[in-house]
Amino acid sequence: MNWLPEEASNLARNVDTVIWFVTIISLVFFFLITVVLVFFAIKYRRKSGEDETPYITGNHFLETLWTIVPSILVLVIFAYGFIVFKQMRTPPQEALEVNVIGKQWLWQFQYDNGKTTINELYVQQNRPVKLIMRSEDVIHSFFVPAFRVKQDLLGGMYTYLWFTPTKVGVFDLYCAEYCGAAHSKMLGKVIVMSPEAYERWRKGEEREEQKGVASISPVQLGEQLYQQRGCNACHTIDGTPSVGPSWKGLFGHEVTLQDGTKVTADENYIRESILEPQAKLVKGYQPVMPSFKGILTDEEISAIIAYIKTLK
Amino acid sequence: MANHTVAETIHVPYLEEKGILSWILSTDHKRIGIMYLVSISTFFVLAGIAALLVRLELLSPGKTIVDAHTYNVLFTFHGSAMVFLFIVPGIAASFGNFLIPLMIGARDVAFPRLNLLSYWLYLLGTVIILFSLLKPADTGWTFYTPYSIQTGTDVILLTFGVFVLGFSSILTGLNFIVTVHKLRAPGMTWHRLPLFIWSSYATAILQLLATPVLGITLLLLIAERVFGIGFFDPAKGGDPILFQNFFWFYSHPAVYIMIIPAMGVISEVIPVFARKPIFGYKAIAYSSLAIALISFLVWAHHMFVSGMSEVAATVFSFLTFLVAIPTAIKVFNWLATLYKGSIELRTPMLYALSFIFLFTIGGLTGVFLGTLAADVHLHDTYFVVAHMHYVMIGGTVMGFFAALHFWYPKMFGKMYNEAVAKVAWFLVFVGFNVTFFPQFILGMEGMPRRYADYPPQFHTLHEISTIGSWILGLGILIMALNLLRSLTNGEKAPDNPFNSLSLEWQIPSPPPHENFEKIPHVTDWTYGYGKKNNQEG
Repeated sequence: MNWLPEEASNLARNVDTVIWFVTIISLVFFFLITVVLVFFAIKYRRKSGEDETPYITGNHFLETLWTIVPSILVLVIFAYGFIVFKQMRTPPQEALEVNVIGKQWLWQFQYDNGKTTINELYVQQNRPVKLIMRSEDVIHSFFVPAFRVKQDLLGGMYTYLWFTPTKVGVFDLYCAEYCGAAHSKMLGKVIVMSPEAYERWRKGEEREEQKGVASISPVQLGEQLYQQRGCNACHTIDGTPSVGPSWKGLFGHEVTLQDGTKVTADENYIRESILEPQAKLVKGYQPVMPSFKGILTDEEISAIIAYIKTLK
Repeated sequence: MANHTVAETIHVPYLEEKGILSWILSTDHKRIGIMYLVSISTFFVLAGIAALLVRLELLSPGKTIVDAHTYNVLFTFHGSAMVFLFIVPGIAASFGNFLIPLMIGARDVAFPRLNLLSYWLYLLGTVIILFSLLKPADTGWTFYTPYSIQTGTDVILLTFGVFVLGFSSILTGLNFIVTVHKLRAPGMTWHRLPLFIWSSYATAILQLLATPVLGITLLLLIAERVFGIGFFDPAKGGDPILFQNFFWFYSHPAVYIMIIPAMGVISEVIPVFARKPIFGYKAIAYSSLAIALISFLVWAHHMFVSGMSEVAATVFSFLTFLVAIPTAIKVFNWLATLYKGSIELRTPMLYALSFIFLFTIGGLTGVFLGTLAADVHLHDTYFVVAHMHYVMIGGTVMGFFAALHFWYPKMFGKMYNEAVAKVAWFLVFVGFNVTFFPQFILGMEGMPRRYADYPPQFHTLHEISTIGSWILGLGILIMALNLLRSLTNGEKAPDNPFNSLSLEWQIPSPPPHENFEKIPHVTDWTYGYGKKNNQEG
């Protein structure tokens, strides 16, 4: 029975060993205490009102024993936890650096080759990565259970973490520090690629390939972007209002702005709302949407508009 | 043993006088204790209903009953009402007020009018917090900056309410410290004090010293929101980690404000129902003080992944382990008290034994979180939620229920239905474990806390947890109905139904206004159960 997730980084095994070590010591104490508790409760249960009980008020030997034994054990646990923690906080020199920005409610990753991705972190198998992280608004926390790593992101200060992914695959990324309405939608993926695949991705060939496949329509691309770029954290497509207005039935309809004026949600309005979200804010919503200027290309914005048009 | 010089003349029971004014203007510590008991129980129920709604939303992935914002509001209300309106005043203010003068042989607390003022401040705080519900906050009970500065919800009223409650807590602490120092009956030496008094005393020190820091922190937060002064928001040049340091400097000792009185209750209940002297009196008494003092030095174990330096994290991890030792000592001493006892499993004892079992789980899982490398993975997941509830419900609330069933006959002069109380205990015990044990697994698997929605792989465990919350809720409902019904329909309670040696049981149930006709003269400690032949320590 293993309740811990798959071990997919170099740190995972070490963290798990610490957790198992503590678990075993805890189980020993737990069973000891429970067995004694239940045994005494049964063996010494009251038989009659005249049961005689001895007048025992203490025992120095026992008192000393159960002070010293736990003291030694917790010191050992502390030391073991510290040794692994030190490893977790010491990134190797050659680690590949990726800049991470957390903001309500998406993850942005900037790579050394100038690429930027949203909600998807691309890394290479067996190559150490160091994430240099900051927040643009409130506190977030980068948490990948399969790697056993977690670190808060703050404004006005960089924090970091590192890991070496050991398995090719796609792993869940969560925001672990409560950050507002769409906290539970601030999700991402870490995509661990083989060295060859990673090199192709790095050189930007992946995109060419995608274009080669290219029979993808703007509506399909828009639908993909809706997921990939994190639009779905705040905008539903079924008509229920969330952090932002739903996209269903949005296109071509009038929306009421904060100051009471009405505008029609046409191509230009949607484009402006993506690039400068606070310019014409719909009444009843908070000014929390980040700008996607420099993140989405014109082609991608057009695809999202095309997708919205289909949501009637 | 306390001798029985209590006069037998007719007294007026403290419950005799009727009318709302006779309550809210009363300086009788017993009436104030009952008013706290009613108030905190009310908020326990309200915050519990919020918890049931939180669990209901988590029954299945996606939206179940409420949207994400409403969910966030619900867990914020649940957390802040449970912490600030129920569990911090909790056993200390309700049972502490009722019992401290009775147990030490005094007529009242040292400052009866200050005591009433403390209660009014508590009421004022609750009214302010209830007003904040017009635009309820969504920050979580921890008010972390900068989110608490940015959100459009009413953080100011909520934190101001907590600020006012803080004064109630400080003044109560002060009152109890002076009472224990100055009003002990002749012969009631420090080492004869019931352990509930020792734990109340340790709690009072914490209330007095830690609460002002919370008050200041919340004022700074309000100042930042109102005047835009950049204490905590990095956008204004502030430091968000500073807020966490301030907040936990209070809120970690506050964990012990919540749990130490419950430990005191357990130390009272076990000897009575095991008919044995408490084992290791001094070890238990001084471990309360040790926990209180060390608890001031462990706050940053909530912040290992906050961006705080690794050196600080290491020091705080080390200090955190130190607090585990006096806690373990208490558990071992309670167990040893059972040895060769004559154990009667009445309802208070069932809750007390449940406390030992559940609090052991709560304490041991705390060791995981104090361990640096393990905490990195488990921090801010459901593992923390489960650990916290095993300590707070498995510990404090079990202690509260034990106290409720133990001193109920003394407080109200009635007996409750024992069979119904045991059924309720069983449902509470089972429901609690079904609700919270799966959350340890959820946390290990990586389910983050404070999520309105979750990926499908966590569905089954969330479902089990929600079903558990219904069993737990049902148990508490049955317990409440039993206790409420017994107020009018219960049999008249004898003065000392459980044959305790403690002073409060040597006077009528319910006690008269001034407690003791004549202040008792104490000649022995309160744990003289069993047959003396070999004496020690």
